[in-house]
Amino acid sequence: MKRLFPILSVLTAILLAYALYEALVVAPTDALQGDVYRIIYYHVPSAWTAFLLFFINFIASIQYLASAKPSTQSAAKWIVIAIGIVGVVASFLPAVQNLLPPGMRPSAMATTVLAIPAFYFLIGKWFPGDRLDVLAVTSAEVGVVFCTIVLVTGPLWARPVWGIWWAPGDIRLTSTLVLWLIYVSYLVLRRFSNSAQTQMLAAALAVFGALDVPLVYFSIWFFRTQHPQPVIGGGGSMDPRMLHILLVSWMAFLCFAFLVCWSRFRLELLQREVEQAHAMESLAGATASAKASLPLSRSSR
Amino acid sequence: MNGIKFLFAAYIATWVIHGVYLGSLVQRFSRLRRELKELGKGK
Repeated sequence: MKRLFPILSVLTAILLAYALYEALVVAPTDALQGDVYRIIYYHVPSAWTAFLLFFINFIASIQYLASAKPSTQSAAKWIVIAIGIVGVVASFLPAVQNLLPPGMRPSAMATTVLAIPAFYFLIGKWFPGDRLDVLAVTSAEVGVVFCTIVLVTGPLWARPVWGIWWAPGDIRLTSTLVLWLIYVSYLVLRRFSNSAQTQMLAAALAVFGALDVPLVYFSIWFFRTQHPQPVIGGGGSMDPRMLHILLVSWMAFLCFAFLVCWSRFRLELLQREVEQAHAMESLAGATASAKASLPLSRSSR
Repeated sequence: MNGIKFLFAAYIATWVIHGVYLGSLVQRFSRLRRELKELGKGK
């Protein structure tokens, strides 16, 4: 494992450099926006990566909450299976298809719904016990970093294209900012609360916070917004060469996010190890002082 | 539309944010390793 990390880091660096070259040199210039549109190759992959990380945080938090009791664990398992089956069947019902955003294929919705049980069982298998909580804090923190990039690169694109940095009241922009604030408050809660219930409270906050992700994603279909239409998943159109480069860029960012998460995960394990060592030291100190005071109290009688 | 400076600003900002975050991870790693070493010495 120790050898794998540097190898993957080198491969990711090569992929990121290749994606940068494709984005700046190979990608054709947009007829309307000129070169500034190339921000999309960093903005959109960062947004997708942030969504994926918040989704992982959501699943890990549900697993962590469910693991409190064996009965809730079993109930959660069956609920997740039911969501998968009902979601896939519903995706192909004409009544549900009419509710889908224009251009979105039912198979895309079915795949998205199936990701819930798939991630639920994989995460439960690979991250048993307290490691679920470690995964939750890892994915939230790295997700916030990617979401920050979305919120910084968005206005840098909007200024030359729209003429303004920010469109106040725009649902896509506002809901993304709210999403960022929810996860920042999640991290603040974890950082500054010393209660025994912190992990449970943070998991509950994460579950509610994740509800904002679909709102951010679907807002451009269901509300009037200044934000451009989606580049994939229906509604928008994009030159196949541009789309190819966008996907290459996303792959590069996913690999990078994986490595950052790996490091953050190890950091969290080390943090807990240090906390445990501190607790053991305090306990040893308390036991020693109790032993030292015992003969004194006997002799004072 | 001349937006080249915004394009470079966005790309640089992305890597500055990642760089700052990675720097904070390295700093936290070294602090925790030092702390763990000191705790080990105390035993």
